[in-house]
Amino acid sequence: MYRYDQFDRDFVDARVAQFRDQVERRVSGELSEDNFKPIRLQNGVYLQLHAYMLRVAVPYGTLNSAQMRMLAHIARKYDRGYGHFTTRQNIQYNWPTLSDIPDILEDLASVEMHAIQTSGNCIRNVTADHFAGAAGDEVADPRPYAEILRQWSTVHPEFLFLPRKFKIAVVGSDKDRAAMQFHDIGLQVRRNDEGQLGLRVFVGGGMGRTPMIAKLVRDFLPEADVLAYCEAILRVYNTYGRRDNKYKARIKILVHETGIDVLRKDIEAEFERIRGGVLDLPQADRDDIAAYFAEPDFEQLPAQSETFETAIAGDKSFARWAAQNVHAHKRDGYGIVTIAIKGTGEAPGDATDAQMEVMADLGERYSFDELRVSHEQNVVLPHVKLDDLPAVYAALLEAELAASNAGLITDMIACPGLDYCALATARSIPVAQELSQRFADLDRQKEIGELKLKISGCINACGHHHAGNIGILGLDRRGVENYQITLGGSGDETAAVGEIVGPGFGAEEIGDAVETLVATYLGLRLTDDETFLQAYRRVGAAPFKAALYPAKEAA
Amino acid sequence: MSNLKAPVIFTANRLLDGEAVWLGANGRWVESPASAVVSHTAEELEATRIAAARGDRENHVVEPYEMPVTIEAGAAVPASYRERIRAAGPTIRLDLGKQAQQPLAA
Repeated sequence: MYRYDQFDRDFVDARVAQFRDQVERRVSGELSEDNFKPIRLQNGVYLQLHAYMLRVAVPYGTLNSAQMRMLAHIARKYDRGYGHFTTRQNIQYNWPTLSDIPDILEDLASVEMHAIQTSGNCIRNVTADHFAGAAGDEVADPRPYAEILRQWSTVHPEFLFLPRKFKIAVVGSDKDRAAMQFHDIGLQVRRNDEGQLGLRVFVGGGMGRTPMIAKLVRDFLPEADVLAYCEAILRVYNTYGRRDNKYKARIKILVHETGIDVLRKDIEAEFERIRGGVLDLPQADRDDIAAYFAEPDFEQLPAQSETFETAIAGDKSFARWAAQNVHAHKRDGYGIVTIAIKGTGEAPGDATDAQMEVMADLGERYSFDELRVSHEQNVVLPHVKLDDLPAVYAALLEAELAASNAGLITDMIACPGLDYCALATARSIPVAQELSQRFADLDRQKEIGELKLKISGCINACGHHHAGNIGILGLDRRGVENYQITLGGSGDETAAVGEIVGPGFGAEEIGDAVETLVATYLGLRLTDDETFLQAYRRVGAAPFKAALYPAKEAA
Repeated sequence: MSNLKAPVIFTANRLLDGEAVWLGANGRWVESPASAVVSHTAEELEATRIAAARGDRENHVVEPYEMPVTIEAGAAVPASYRERIRAAGPTIRLDLGKQAQQPLAA
């Protein structure tokens, strides 16, 4: 993985010192809140309902065990013993004091981490496929591109005060595990007919109050041009993006209002003007960055592991976990492990300091010192020998991290919602917890099969409800929490925005409503293999509406 | 004296630790809405607003705003569920936030 050079280290250290000074000046009254707010936001510091919140960047979701241990240390020393892994592969702390934050940032810097540009109207943490470098279906590891973009976008003077925030995601295969088409720029690594590496470029995706699927702007971009092309997109956006209305300020609105064909001409014209200049990325530089993401020293192993097979045969709970949470690795004898931070009745994505320590230990011991945070609020051990899976499982079980539900209905996404967030209009986590309890039976979950359920506590859609096969949006309806259901959303390579199914449900009704949807699906699917999404796409919303609103349909 | 539609108190977050606080007597920021100064009339509201703005100006608190309350057993209770959660703590973590604090001994 990428390691800081002296330049990075000096930069992050200087930034910590600068922010320490800014906090002191804020506390002394030299800086007003109006002066300070944009500064704290660009350093990841929000003010929420109960306290400040610090959002720490995990670049493209990759971290090593020392970094995970530091996240645990921060949770323990400065917070309340836990952190929240987010849908942008970051981690948030809910209880830091303002006066502690410079110390936290200093601790983070000691392990090459920071919170820069995790908020504000700038280019945010670049996200990537959490199986990068491990998945068998990968054309190439997307992280070198993500790292190049990270370096380019960090304090890029032209793009620190954009009309609105800007998010970039990179995937390395046809399978989209990063909701790439819901990003301002989505990049897919691919090869052209001549076998050259490059990128397919999408622009204008997003969630929020106006969800949009990104439009294809270029089918193949030579990899040397990635920075020039992204710079061209950002320049066109910075020039034409609306600043008069924050709800219309994202690039998705510009793409929608201008049309992709017109915008493409502007982007291509700017690209032609600047390509081959300082943003041209020489092969040697690309190779240097790529070397940081070189494959670990994999052993030559047989495809089958006797230890693994024996454990499967002898331990039903291990077998279920392995079937659900271990994914195919590109190398024989290895697997990718999803640690689902989705224990029954737990808040999705919340991990204690002790759990983080366990994950760090497992990453160090069994996964070449590497861990990933997924946008689905899970942690991934990307390279685990099949032989080691029983030991990994035993350690996870001990730490209450062995939920065997990856990809199933209880592996849901939920934002912090009104239990923490100042923007939220309703609570998300209690809904997630109720559904988690309701569908806890693993046999039942397996029968239901793959189902992406995503919950947001407000229209800003941090819980990705638009991309949920079943999406739940919490609203405030005349002073009462109300939950609107959308169906048919998807964040994969067949990206789709969920459709609102009808009037919302009260907090006490939403669990039954989801139950009704699941029962309806089970009653109409053609085979056990037809997923909820496939069934929905085949039959449409009508049977689900009829089941949810029987009286209305009959009237 | 013109009565407000609902009684109102002022709230903000404390600058140093972000803790939710409410404006109490003598311009002091207190940790419970029940101890907040309640405005029933436009005149009272104006006077309280001036005191709240002072807290902001003097950098004790951040971004004060007014919020409607109901009066229960003589004490102000936030009218909205958002503000009730803010006053108590996360509903999913009763061990955290103000709800977790033991009442002070008399």
